[in-house]
Amino acid sequence: MYLCTRIRACLEITALLAHLGRSLLESLRDLLPIVIVIGFFQIFILRQPFPDLAGLLVGSLLVVTGLTLFVYGLKVGLFPIGESMAHDFAAKGSLFWVLVFAFALGFGTTVAEPALIAVADEAAQVAAAGGMIEAAPAALARYASGLRLTVALSVGIAIMVGVIRIIKGWPIHYLIIGGYFGVVAMTGFAPPEIVGIAYDSGGVTTSTITVPLVTALGVGLSSSISGRNPLTDGFGLIAFASLTPMIFVMGYGILIS
Amino acid sequence: MSLISDSMQVLLATLRDVVPIAAILFGFQRFVLRRPIPNLRQVLIGLLYVLLGLTFFLQGLEQALFPLGKLMAQQLTAPEFLGIDQGHTDVHWGHYLWVYVFAAAIGFSTTIAEPSLIAVAIKANQVSGGAIGTWRLRVAVAVGVALGIALGSYRIITGTPLHWYIIVGYVIVIVQTAYAPKSIIALAYDSGGVTTSTVTVPLVAALGLGLATHVPGRNPLMDGFGLIAFASLFPIMTVIGYAQLGEWMTRREAKRFQEQR
Repeated sequence: MYLCTRIRACLEITALLAHLGRSLLESLRDLLPIVIVIGFFQIFILRQPFPDLAGLLVGSLLVVTGLTLFVYGLKVGLFPIGESMAHDFAAKGSLFWVLVFAFALGFGTTVAEPALIAVADEAAQVAAAGGMIEAAPAALARYASGLRLTVALSVGIAIMVGVIRIIKGWPIHYLIIGGYFGVVAMTGFAPPEIVGIAYDSGGVTTSTITVPLVTALGVGLSSSISGRNPLTDGFGLIAFASLTPMIFVMGYGILIS
Repeated sequence: MSLISDSMQVLLATLRDVVPIAAILFGFQRFVLRRPIPNLRQVLIGLLYVLLGLTFFLQGLEQALFPLGKLMAQQLTAPEFLGIDQGHTDVHWGHYLWVYVFAAAIGFSTTIAEPSLIAVAIKANQVSGGAIGTWRLRVAVAVGVALGIALGSYRIITGTPLHWYIIVGYVIVIVQTAYAPKSIIALAYDSGGVTTSTVTVPLVAALGLGLATHVPGRNPLMDGFGLIAFASLFPIMTVIGYAQLGEWMTRREAKRFQEQR
């Protein structure tokens, strides 16, 4: 009996190690293109030596280890909890609560996103340079935080609309194409200074932890509602979350000027 | 020592990212769904791995690749490197050949290493029962980002208005959507949003800033934007294009098979 459990444990550990070894190799492969590109340009185009080779190696090792751990954690932690919550919400059958959850997930994960904070500060400077707001620090900070709330609100609404779409089974391309028309129409009215930032804001909102969770939510919901296909209906939440900020940021620019 | 203190800072920053998400998840689980989480221990261990993994990942990038990549973006766009006289106001876009090559290469390689794209590719592979290969999807997306960043650099250099490019891009996506296999559409739209994240944004932003600073007649505050927008639009086209190519090849194969019989 004792021997049996020990053999099982040994087998499990070997399987885990084999799995980790394979993931490590995969992470190495994922990092390789960047190393090649940077190495090639440094040696052949700029013709300069590497400033800190040891630091470079340690850093690359950290990246590979980190990526391996992240992908493992994704499979045993983030995906399962996202999907199990989606199943539970579907079983509960309350549209209200699933929408509140969708909004909270979109808003809560975006409002503190570091990339967004950086973009909002930059946008405030552009607005000041364009003469839309005063160049005083207080006015800049107010503009930046207003913009951040706007984007977070738009991502919350996007995930909510995306969840309604999954539940109702609407085809995604009508909503996305409608969104494109919204973007183009807003471009015509928005102050020209804000357009570049608005277009870029769509891409920076979805963080590395949000994406797997939101994907798992969509796939989980569409696989627990009968008549929905996880592939055609489950994906698409991220697409909304990167489209609505463009419209909302331009709206914010129109409102301020 | 600085490595450890830096790592602690990155860990704290990542923690600040994770805590609101964890609060939302566990809050809803506890007070709305009122159900225990299946395999709670494993989920917690998984979250810990995600937290540690992202910390190492970001710390490694900050230490090794970002400084060099950003420096490179500045050096490649500098007029001295390109052999352009200072004071020229009208520079031909063809002078910037190495910038386009660098833009495409850095766009492709950072996208391959992007963790959120890996996540979406894994899920797409599971859901499609293996029909969508994780590696092939990621390469299709990375090719899109490479094209997008290269074209975006061309736009900054020539100073043409951003919205025309985006509008034409939208028209192409709409036309492609009409002819694309239904199963790929949602995934293709999603792949636009996930490409620009932890790895791509800092390097691409450095490239945009370098170009807008050095190219005569450009203002870093006004013209440095737009690369991220290109990087989120073009993968939609390449992913749909890849699916269309696959469909076309299967059809041709089937036709040939029929002719042989």
